[in-house]
Amino acid sequence: MELLERFAAGNLEAFETLFRRHQKEVCGWILRIVREPATAEDLTVETFLRIYRAHARFDSSGNFAAWSRRIATNVALDHLRRSRREVELPEEMAASARPDPAMGRELRQQIRAAFEQLPPKYRLVAVLALVEEEPYENIAAAAGISVALVKVRVFRAVRILRKRLAAFKPVSRETQAIGDEAR
Amino acid sequence: MSEWDENQVREALKSALEPIGDADLQRDLWPQMLQRLDRQEAVRVAWFDWILAALLGAACLFYPGMVPALLYHL
Repeated sequence: MELLERFAAGNLEAFETLFRRHQKEVCGWILRIVREPATAEDLTVETFLRIYRAHARFDSSGNFAAWSRRIATNVALDHLRRSRREVELPEEMAASARPDPAMGRELRQQIRAAFEQLPPKYRLVAVLALVEEEPYENIAAAAGISVALVKVRVFRAVRILRKRLAAFKPVSRETQAIGDEAR
Repeated sequence: MSEWDENQVREALKSALEPIGDADLQRDLWPQMLQRLDRQEAVRVAWFDWILAALLGAACLFYPGMVPALLYHL
């Protein structure tokens, strides 16, 4: 019996094999969305728990990686909905971010705060499309929505961010170029 | 008031959030997974146990007289 068929039949060893094979990819995907390593690990376990519970619904001729990514996206989105808050990124991530000389500390904080205040479904597509530069097709497949809807949500996310950042002076390309040279 | 165009928002977001890209998982999560599965098994109650408990609860509610008899047999 094939690995996926054994998994679909509820075989724990097959599940372990799939877990070990896909955990890095799933955790990496969730990390791109939630941006907190410890949370991403917890949500990876939660994702695989849902996968294991849903083994009977898995079509063994299907694509396990795509299926697991979709479940991971739902788990990450649930987390964003639960933990929507007005706080900065955790110190760990903030410290690892390279400071951009062209952008002031206050502005960076405002951008992060504005980003965290986005509705979760917009935040999901914004971070994947605008920050991680994931192709729209991949985002659509993972979120279970159409490419057109991804584009609409990115557009709306940008519009909200523009409105919230209107009080700040935009970073000009010239200043950015000077900043890049300074690195 | 200044206007941000889409590219400026994009660049600003990338500078403020820093792409994570293909970050690697540093440890194996299987032990955690097993713990979660064990915990789930521990709290799982079979469906017929739920039905039995529901029937017993309903019986006690509609025939309160059987409660002392039930307690006697426990």
